[in-house]
Amino acid sequence: MSVRPDPLDVRALPSYAFGRLSLMWWGTVGMMLIEGTVFAICILMYFYLRGIAPAWPIDAAPPDLLWGSVNTLILLASLLPNQLAKRAAEREDRGRARLWLVVCLLFAVAFLVVRALEFGTLNVQWYANAYGSVVWLLLGLHTTHLITDTIDTVVLTVLLFTGPFEGKRFVDVSENALYWYFVVASWLPIYAVLYLAPRGGT
Amino acid sequence: MTEAASVSRERLYDGPDAGAATHSALAQTWSDPPGWRGWFAAINHKTIAGRFIAATFLFFVLGGLLALAMRWQLASPRTRAVGPDMYAQLFTMHGTTMMFLFAVPVMQAVATYLVPLMIGARSVAFPRMNAFAFWIFVMGGAFLFIGFVAGAGPNTGWFSYVPLASADYAPGKGVDIWAQMITFTELAGLLEAIVLITTILKMRAPGMSLSRMPLFVWATLVTQCMVLFAMPSVMLGSTSLILDRLVGTHFYNPARGGDVLLWQHLFWFFGHPEVYLIFIPPLGFISTIIATFARRPVFGYTAMVLSLIAIAFLAFGLWVHHMFATNLPEIGKAFFTAASLAIALPSGVQIFCWLATLITGRLQFRTPLLFVLAFFFILVLGGLSGVMLGSVSLDLQVHDTYFVVAHLHYVLLGGAVFPLFGAFFYWFPKFRGRMLSERLGRWQFWLFFVGFNVTFFPMHWLGLQGMPRRVWTYPEGMGWDGMNLLSTVGAFAIAASVLLFIVNVARSWRHGAIAGADPWHAGTLEWTIASPPPPHNFDAMPVVQGREPAWGARPRRAVSGLAADAREVLTTSVRDADPLTRSLFPSPSLWPFISALATTALFVASVFTPWAVVWGAVPVALAVIAWFWPGRAETEQALALETKP
Repeated sequence: MSVRPDPLDVRALPSYAFGRLSLMWWGTVGMMLIEGTVFAICILMYFYLRGIAPAWPIDAAPPDLLWGSVNTLILLASLLPNQLAKRAAEREDRGRARLWLVVCLLFAVAFLVVRALEFGTLNVQWYANAYGSVVWLLLGLHTTHLITDTIDTVVLTVLLFTGPFEGKRFVDVSENALYWYFVVASWLPIYAVLYLAPRGGT
Repeated sequence: MTEAASVSRERLYDGPDAGAATHSALAQTWSDPPGWRGWFAAINHKTIAGRFIAATFLFFVLGGLLALAMRWQLASPRTRAVGPDMYAQLFTMHGTTMMFLFAVPVMQAVATYLVPLMIGARSVAFPRMNAFAFWIFVMGGAFLFIGFVAGAGPNTGWFSYVPLASADYAPGKGVDIWAQMITFTELAGLLEAIVLITTILKMRAPGMSLSRMPLFVWATLVTQCMVLFAMPSVMLGSTSLILDRLVGTHFYNPARGGDVLLWQHLFWFFGHPEVYLIFIPPLGFISTIIATFARRPVFGYTAMVLSLIAIAFLAFGLWVHHMFATNLPEIGKAFFTAASLAIALPSGVQIFCWLATLITGRLQFRTPLLFVLAFFFILVLGGLSGVMLGSVSLDLQVHDTYFVVAHLHYVLLGGAVFPLFGAFFYWFPKFRGRMLSERLGRWQFWLFFVGFNVTFFPMHWLGLQGMPRRVWTYPEGMGWDGMNLLSTVGAFAIAASVLLFIVNVARSWRHGAIAGADPWHAGTLEWTIASPPPPHNFDAMPVVQGREPAWGARPRRAVSGLAADAREVLTTSVRDADPLTRSLFPSPSLWPFISALATTALFVASVFTPWAVVWGAVPVALAVIAWFWPGRAETEQALALETKP
């Protein structure tokens, strides 16, 4: 028999890791690429329809700035507890991680309530014309993300309080924070399209 | 699983020197549970992929039967076998089935079987999500066919152009069901893309750097990256279509500021890359099969990989060539003509590298190679008519005629179905442990090859003579009778060849010659393990030292130290595949299936009432939460194996 090289022993490797070293990071990034593409194409639809319209917005006043702008500030402010939760998770500090997740959830309640008010200030219905349709689609798609991200965070927070708990849950908190960043970051161009673009003339 | 924690002191670890006890522990750990509950809870990638391949093949046969019905109708002038509306449903169902329920998903299904075996892994990443995606796909396909049988078949063509597909011109539920089927299949396709990309980038055996990755795995990686950017477009398009039809939005209604061409852009921004979602994985099959039967590695590995990537990029710049007959600016069309011709360059690099491999190899003419050689012949013809259609002036002459039908079948059957059958002959011994009959295989091949050309070659002439697509019948005296009859004869020859294939598989399933681990003396890792593979694939994960690991003369190195009584897998770095973690993978669960049922209820009910999107979301959320909620026993096992980073 020929001499076989020594096996590569992997027993000492960690059983989980953060960021790009974890599979969850890659899964989350995949979802972000897909959903980012959805938002980008939806924005292209908006400008395509605007490009063929004789006047924009079609038969409607632009959306009122107040609630959309307030919500932008709430979303941006939510990045702070989100980052603190991420950092606590990466230091494996369960107490602080769940504390900051609870704070994140308070922000989530705030932006969901304000989002409901936003729909009331669009000044157009989805069935009025193509402008109304694409505005509702864009805001509806983003709201879906706010809702799913909130549910994710609720589940994770409860799990951090009740267990069963293992170290890998810290990775979940960290990836949840990454997704939260995506939901906030994707809002900024959508805010600009919904609220500022109709004010820029035709 | 529950006893795992209590036996942790005497934990078994795998490795090249481990004995039979470890191997049977591994097999037990990675098996799907028994019984009907176990059947629905299964998550082993080979189990799911096997069902996935079977489901796509069933849809292929159903789509073929629809095509036979159409050829029967067109065999002679003024036939009254079906009426115009039924004929419209037939071609819509045929195209939809073949594109959305067969050609794209079958490539993902085959990849979820083969990729872990080719990269030395024990599973795909996210195995429960893989199972969920499969169930969503099957339920979406079933929804379409149930609608068709119940008399609500879509009848607006496989690309469902508005305004024909709008509520005014297509009343009834057919188009709604079609649009929702798109949501099902694209959701499944997108999830599979994440599964495959993560598997390929993070779970390769140590030493399998990107530059040593098998070409089929490269083709899969490139294809799945395209899926991420192509499928969202059609999902958004079909969602807007169903919103227009059901809740009164106006995306496609010109009277209220909408636009019908918007649909065409959204559809073809997906639809053209889709051709390459179908065509690139077979390039991987071909590279694998040619290397094996030419007895040498493929010539120009780096050029092959780069041209795969180049094809993927260019594929996103071609969609407007499906819209040359619309009122788009001519300068734009010129750009898309140039891009359409440019894609011939990387495709040509592939072809010449294969030719170089074949010329310098020692060829063995087995059935898989025959199918690959037929690919060259047919795809070159399809490519030539493609170059013709890529020019705006010629396209306008033959637009919407049988010339286009001939072209697209030459490309899709030549580019995908021939290599797919070759791949099936090649990997069936690995799937089943038995060989397919070579004699029946040759009969099938020649019947298919001749039948294919008899069916589709005359359509070039029919198109040039002006026979339009999608007509349900035609009068005598147009000069089309003979060629239509010939085409129908060819279609039945194709049907006979597919029947021979089914007979071959059914007979070989139990009575085929025993294959052994490596019947073809091939170079990739799946041939270093038993046929069919054990539930855990590899007794010990290999350490890869070259591009054709099974052809190396050196003694093979392997990984040791993964738990044999827990679903531990090794994850590695993206570029060099250096070991990073040993991660514990989830166990089988009913929740992916239940989540798929809940999602199906939401999608189906939303065709009938928009409020289903609200109340239907509650069971989906509950099922998904139950899916992710960790069990106590699982957590105990994880804690026993935990090593902090």
